[in-house]
Amino acid sequence: MLTIENLHATVNNAEILRGVNLQINPGEVHAIMGPNGSGKTTLSHVLAGRDEYVVTEGSVLFENKNLLILAPEERAVAGVFLAMQYPVEIPGVNNTYFLKTALNAIRKARGESSLDAFEFMELLKSHLKQVGMDEKFLSRFVNSGFSGGEKKRNEILQMLLLQPKLAILDETDSGLDVDALQIVARGINQIRNSKRAILVITHYQRLLNYVEPDFVHILSNGRIVKSGGKQLALEIEESGYATL
Amino acid sequence: MSNQTIQQAIQKNYEHGFVTDIEMETVPPGLNEVVIRSISLKKNEPEFLLQWRLKAYQHWLTMTMPTWANLKIAPIDFQAISYYSAPKSKKNAPKSLAEVDPKLLATYEKLGIPLHERAQLAGVAVDAVFDSVSVATTFKEKLHEAGVIFCSFSEAVQKYPALIEEYLGTVVPYRDNFFAALNSAVFTDGSFVYVPKGVRCPMELSTYFRINAANTGQFERTLIIADEDSHVSYLEGCTAPQRDENQLHAAVVELVAHKNANIKYSTVQNWYPGDENGKGGIYNFVTKRGLCAGDHAKISWTQIETGSAITWKYPSVVLRGNYSVGEFYSVALTNHYQQADTGTKMIHLGKNTKSTIISKGISTGHGQNSYRGLVRMSPTAHHARNYTQCDSLLIGDQCGAHTFPTIDVKNKSARAEHEASTSTINDDQLFYCQSRGICEEDAVSMIVNGFCKTVFQELPMEFAVEAQKLLAVSLEGSVG
Repeated sequence: MLTIENLHATVNNAEILRGVNLQINPGEVHAIMGPNGSGKTTLSHVLAGRDEYVVTEGSVLFENKNLLILAPEERAVAGVFLAMQYPVEIPGVNNTYFLKTALNAIRKARGESSLDAFEFMELLKSHLKQVGMDEKFLSRFVNSGFSGGEKKRNEILQMLLLQPKLAILDETDSGLDVDALQIVARGINQIRNSKRAILVITHYQRLLNYVEPDFVHILSNGRIVKSGGKQLALEIEESGYATL
Repeated sequence: MSNQTIQQAIQKNYEHGFVTDIEMETVPPGLNEVVIRSISLKKNEPEFLLQWRLKAYQHWLTMTMPTWANLKIAPIDFQAISYYSAPKSKKNAPKSLAEVDPKLLATYEKLGIPLHERAQLAGVAVDAVFDSVSVATTFKEKLHEAGVIFCSFSEAVQKYPALIEEYLGTVVPYRDNFFAALNSAVFTDGSFVYVPKGVRCPMELSTYFRINAANTGQFERTLIIADEDSHVSYLEGCTAPQRDENQLHAAVVELVAHKNANIKYSTVQNWYPGDENGKGGIYNFVTKRGLCAGDHAKISWTQIETGSAITWKYPSVVLRGNYSVGEFYSVALTNHYQQADTGTKMIHLGKNTKSTIISKGISTGHGQNSYRGLVRMSPTAHHARNYTQCDSLLIGDQCGAHTFPTIDVKNKSARAEHEASTSTINDDQLFYCQSRGICEEDAVSMIVNGFCKTVFQELPMEFAVEAQKLLAVSLEGSVG
């Protein structure tokens, strides 16, 4: 599904990614772990198409198509979803309206009909329960005044709603208490199936107690320096990144 | 207006095409007493109106153009303007939509303007106008049944001179300001509305239907009177860009709401704003004011200003009746090199009067947007209240937002509240929306519409939908 080859990327002319190789197949859950500054967030933003991140070398194929030439919204439509580490606040824009606009934009691009207000609300409310959010969230502005945990749950809600083929979760676990962590993990496990791929980017091992990865990769200094099974995450937890 | 009258009007034009008739000539450029007398004569006006025009002109001569607004205006040569042109000759008008600028047509398409309206808006000669005749006729019949007078100002001068004499200049005297004085001296036409006691006007009154006064020209004069216990909603303007050859527009609008009367005045202004480099565009210097003359009267202004190169406009309310209510809801958008200096004045005279001001300014490109407001609580305004909210949204780093609020409280029991905010649309927000499948332009218009929501809610339903589309079109190219 996703093939990353020798990916180099810079931010403000500083090289952050220095040759990342990664193959993700449908049905797999991959975890990328790494210390601060190793390039985790850069990798997720390059995949989502943020333009401050400049790819200088290498390729990314998504379902055998060049992902890098697509605009961010085209990637979303193609089925790539990024749950962000710091979801941005959009004052003035109603959350429900935002979610509906996003879903219908994606449905339209896929040649599906738009959902009307009733169909949409029914769908939305069912997902809302799954992430333990109150209906009051819907009438608030997008992420505006949300606590850290609420913002992250809102990201998971969007993921459930948009049903991506590839979900990338950038440190979605950071700053969450145990309850919120379990809700996030439940959301991820729920979309996990044989056709979908999930890339979990995290600093800590603890999310992986709830979301069991098929593969764990260690990113360090812009390269994947070690890959293995879920055991690798536990080793890191024990001995830290310093030993790598 | 019947088909027959339309036919007659058209034949008249045709006839004048052959006979050089002084009636059809444009008055030579320049402003003096002779010009004013000839305007008044051509319009067959009663003596009181001529005298009023002349007094206004004499007063105008003593005035200079105001410079206090936060606007850069090239000097205007008032002697180079022709102050009267008879119903616009169709000679130079496009003969069909095929002759209209494709860019303009593309905008109509985006705004979803019905086909039959596009021709009229683009100023296509003859045929197009017929389409709306039947609609306008049924419309007039309904109003007539209710007893509502809705006609051109000129028609009202002929048919209801007593009402004109009683009310003209009572809310905006000709001495009021430079442009009001100019308008009073040379105004050509506009709308007149009278809603009798206890009548709730059965439909929204829209300038669109006032086809017999289509070419009101650059100095428009409107007077709306709502008698006791009456109710009227008036829509002015159009979301579609309209063909217009005059650069300077100086209109005056006066509203009078008697006891328990309610006037709602909504404007969508989308005149030519000039090109991307700031060349051309309309100068819009308008004086709009309403008087809540009786107790419990209410006047509400809602404006969506997206057009014109320069906008100078402060729709205001004088709250004289006790318990009267004034409202001002505004969205002003400036793109490219547009400048807007707009806001309101709420003058509280009566007891327990209440006013609300919600102003949303959006600047992008090199646009400059200023809010200028005055809230005055007079010594007699016991327990009067005002709430003002004034928000600015900046898109890009070349534009500007400015606020000049004045609050003047002379009564201890009166209360005025002012809230203000400035925000921007940033790259993080746009990327967030894009990563959810919403393209950049849709994301901007979604954020802007969210920002303007409290004002859009005040517009009549179908207008609100059009206004959203209009903002989206006006913002095109503002990012990326």
